This record gives sequence, structure tokens and C-alpha cells, in this order.
Amino acid sequence: MNAFIKWTLFALLLSAGGCATVPPWERGITARFSMRPDRDPLSEMMYEHIYFTREAASGGRGIGGGGCGCN
Amino acid sequence: MSSKNRESLIMQALICFGLSFSTAAAPPQVGDPLPILSNHRLEGTLPSTTGKVVLVDFWASWCGPCRKAFPELETLHQTYRAKGLVVIGVSVDDKKSDMDKFLASHPVHFSVVRDAGKSLVGKLQPTTMPTSYLVDHQGNIRFVHQGFRGEKSVEELTQEIETLLKELP
Repeated sequence: MNAFIKWTLFALLLSAGGCATVPPWERGITARFSMRPDRDPLSEMMYEHIYFTREAASGGRGIGGGGCGCN
Repeated sequence: MSSKNRESLIMQALICFGLSFSTAAAPPQVGDPLPILSNHRLEGTLPSTTGKVVLVDFWASWCGPCRKAFPELETLHQTYRAKGLVVIGVSVDDKKSDMDKFLASHPVHFSVVRDAGKSLVGKLQPTTMPTSYLVDHQGNIRFVHQGFRGEKSVEELTQEIETLLKELP
């Protein structure tokens, strides 16, 4: 039990060091167009199609049809 | 390990855990004096602010609302500079070239400096971009504007600037 407590606290301390918040004035990189998930329309369309055919048992993301992967 | 030692270990660990989340000194609030700008190695020429109402705006070329605010700041500068307002735009762009490129396409007549070392912005710690600090003639922060919301922000800024200008001796 002692060892468990020690290792738990050790893990807690280690994980605490990994938390960081990017301040608003240092978000220039994340504001770049290349950081946007929808930066590539073709890629976005293909991912949507795959998601739709695999997961769209109830209509996908607003697209009509079932999850048969027909289209 | 005795229970006393265990308690001691837990307390020490919790203190370390708490300290790991501790932040730097609290930023100046409304009513506090604005940090002395010349102490922060800002790139560019700072205008004289003695006895003036000062609007310090933190902006960046990558920030959409900041870009929208820029022409409005220019209008405020043109309208109130003769009455005692000084507008200072503080860029937090990492690259000077990004700032210069933006200023070339959006020329303004108020002073623009760059906080290359993020010293001033780190001291004031604005919670969003852009953030404007309105400072009275005694050097105290009187109003803080977080973000830019078009007409609403312009109206608020105008009203507050006029309030502070009336206090000028």
C-alpha cells in the first residue's frame, strides 16, 4: 500500500508538469491556415465519405442514406 | 513506513503538486498603474505619454479581430489625438516581417511597437486577443477591453475615452 501511494503521487507529480496553457499572445502558430482541420477540401471530403460509410448508421453527418457504403 | 512519515510524504507531495500549478505574479488590474512601457525593450519608438490618456492595444497580424479593430483605432487616433489621446499598438508577432507586411497593407498613423521579448504582454497577461488598456493621465489603468466586437466596442471605447479626456487638467 505504501508503495502504491508513493508511485501514485510520483505519477501525479510527473503528469502535473505536462500541463500547459498556451497564452493568447502565443497562438500565432495555431492560427495558421495549415493548422485548420478543414484546410484541404478534397481530403476533408474523403474523410467525410469514409466516416459516413463506416459510422453513418443513422444518417452520417447530416447526409441522407444508410451505412451500407453504397455511395 | 510509519503513518507519521507517510502523512509527511503525502503533504510534501501535495505541496509540490500545488506549486507546479502556481503562476507568475498577478497581472495589473483596473486601478493599478500601467507598467512603464520603456522598461520592456519594445521595438519601435514610443511616444510621450506624460499627462495624456493612453490606449494600449495588444494585437497580432494573425488575429482576425485585431485586424478589424485596426481601422477603428486609427479613427479614434485621428479624432482624439488633438484632445490628448495617445494610441499605442503593441504587436506580439513573432516575426517582425509579419507585422511589417500587415502594416504595409493597413497603414496607420498611431505608434506601433513590437513586444519581441513578450515582456510587456507577459506582465499584463491579457486573456484574449486583442486586448486594449485605457490609461488615464495619471498612468492608471481605468478600462480593459477584451476582444473586439465591432460597433459595440467602438462605442464603449469612445465613451470611455471621452470620460478620461474630461479628467485632463
